[in-house]
Amino acid sequence: MAASIQTRGLRKTFGSSVALDGVDLTVEPGRILGLIGPNGAGKSTTLNAILGLTQCEGELTVLGLDPWAQRDRLMNEVCFIADVAVLPRWMRVCQALDYVAGVHPRFDRAKAEAFLARTTIKSSSRIRELSKGMVTQLHLALVMAIDARLLVLDEPTLGLDLLFRKSFYDSLLNDYFDGDRTIVVSTHQVEEIQHILTDVVFIDRGKIVLDCSMESFETRYAELAAAPEHLEAARALKPIHERQVFGRSYLIFDGVDRDRLAALGEVRTPSLADLFVATMAPVAAGRTA
Amino acid sequence: MSASMTDAGATAAPHAGHAVRPFYWSVRREIWENRGVYLAPLAVAGIVLAAFLFTLRHLPGQIQDIVSLSADLKAHPGTPTAALALEKIALHKAMAGVAFPYAAAAGGLMMTAIVFAIFYALASLHAERRDRSILFWKSLPVSDLTTVLSKATIPLVVLPIATAVVALATIAVMLGLATAVMGAGGLVPSLLWGNIEISTLAISIPYGLAVLALWHAPVIGWLMLISAWAKRMTMLWALAPPAAICLFERLALGTSYAWDFLRHRLAGGFSVGFTPRTGGPGVYGVEHPDPAHLLANPGLWGGLVVAAACLAACVWLRRTRDPI
Repeated sequence: MAASIQTRGLRKTFGSSVALDGVDLTVEPGRILGLIGPNGAGKSTTLNAILGLTQCEGELTVLGLDPWAQRDRLMNEVCFIADVAVLPRWMRVCQALDYVAGVHPRFDRAKAEAFLARTTIKSSSRIRELSKGMVTQLHLALVMAIDARLLVLDEPTLGLDLLFRKSFYDSLLNDYFDGDRTIVVSTHQVEEIQHILTDVVFIDRGKIVLDCSMESFETRYAELAAAPEHLEAARALKPIHERQVFGRSYLIFDGVDRDRLAALGEVRTPSLADLFVATMAPVAAGRTA
Repeated sequence: MSASMTDAGATAAPHAGHAVRPFYWSVRREIWENRGVYLAPLAVAGIVLAAFLFTLRHLPGQIQDIVSLSADLKAHPGTPTAALALEKIALHKAMAGVAFPYAAAAGGLMMTAIVFAIFYALASLHAERRDRSILFWKSLPVSDLTTVLSKATIPLVVLPIATAVVALATIAVMLGLATAVMGAGGLVPSLLWGNIEISTLAISIPYGLAVLALWHAPVIGWLMLISAWAKRMTMLWALAPPAAICLFERLALGTSYAWDFLRHRLAGGFSVGFTPRTGGPGVYGVEHPDPAHLLANPGLWGGLVVAAACLAACVWLRRTRDPI
């Protein structure tokens, strides 16, 4: 089966600032990719290019289509939630259902209504009357009722409390994801999505700095809580990052044999958040910290 | 908005891959958002009717004046005295006074439609960028062309139809009330009905609204273009370039062709679509519908080409511009 998303040398500049500087990305069907990066790293630009919202240099194919030139066709197969609550505030919930049912051939209204029945959202409410969490629930209900092959979520849970965030991702995983669909999600809240991802990409200053599956993530990266007497030996193995917590040194290694590290202290798999910090901050900065 | 469209919507099963009608639903969505398209005419109709109720108490007197003046004039044919000339003027004035509220109702509703269309068009492609809801609309399989056309349909089709329906219904209610008042006053209703050209009004109102829509289409296109392009202050951007051109021409060349051109475009619709009637009593201010004169006017066709170009530019801008 062809890749859901394939990019080669994707480049985008806004005036003199470079938003994307040669992004190569391949996402196979049935994967859940986390796109993680600091503010202004190019996450949204990448997603906008995938969604045909912005024109880029380089090669880009999404579900076999050119998103910019064939956007109208692509939108039958792709769904997205943009980075902030963007549902029109004047609309009523029932109107949103009517409208999406009227324009989207793959929208299953009964499914959306079943999902909404589990919330406290009333179908006669205007969207401006709903809390931010409820608006996100509504948007999720609309999106999950669309039988799309690719779902793109750009900071979907920004500004939501922990309970909403958790139920958002649980719904996504339990009620929506079926192994054929592809999901790309960008977020700052790295820890919360770590367990649902199959792949992770770190992006910084328009470049991809890490691209690996979660399976290989666990074998590739190791975090060592170094015993003080072995610290120098550990440093000799070229950690990609070092930090100190309560006087103890934690070092993150890329592709170093775990048995070898085990002799120097406690070894575990680093969290995505720790690896994110390690990747974004150069080694030198970590040392001096 | 036709009956057949509604029927098809009711029977479309909501299964995966079901039939969709993006244009129809986009127009409905515009009406949901802009309920003023029918509420504004209804509100004005309400004001007109309330005011009309006040004038009704004068109606029997007005009709009696007309009857007695007509009888007087008939009794003295062919004697051009100063007194009779004054009576003739008084008769025309009385007849115009009876007919005036109906024409005023139609005129008031047309003005409402024009004002609504201006504000609608200026917000049409701007509001969705400002509140970023454009990101939601763009997440659905509705093309920019469909969206822009559905938005242009509101001032060019839906609003004229809504206004015509409300205007004709208002005039029907007014005539019903007037007839009831006449009957209660012991007057024969035909005295009223013979004085108001119902058929002329019934044709002129929808025709006049169609003329305005066609004649003002480039203005609507220009306002929509500004709403798709400007980040802020759409009204200022819409007015500034034409005002600057007129001012420059006046100061630099001492002429006012640009201003004459603009004025003809803004206020000349009726002069193109109607021919002035010559003399005779009748509905105040209403002239003869003249579609041949309208269709033969190159300004109409030039305007429609400009409108199409503006809408094409709107599609391109909506495609390429980011939310504000």
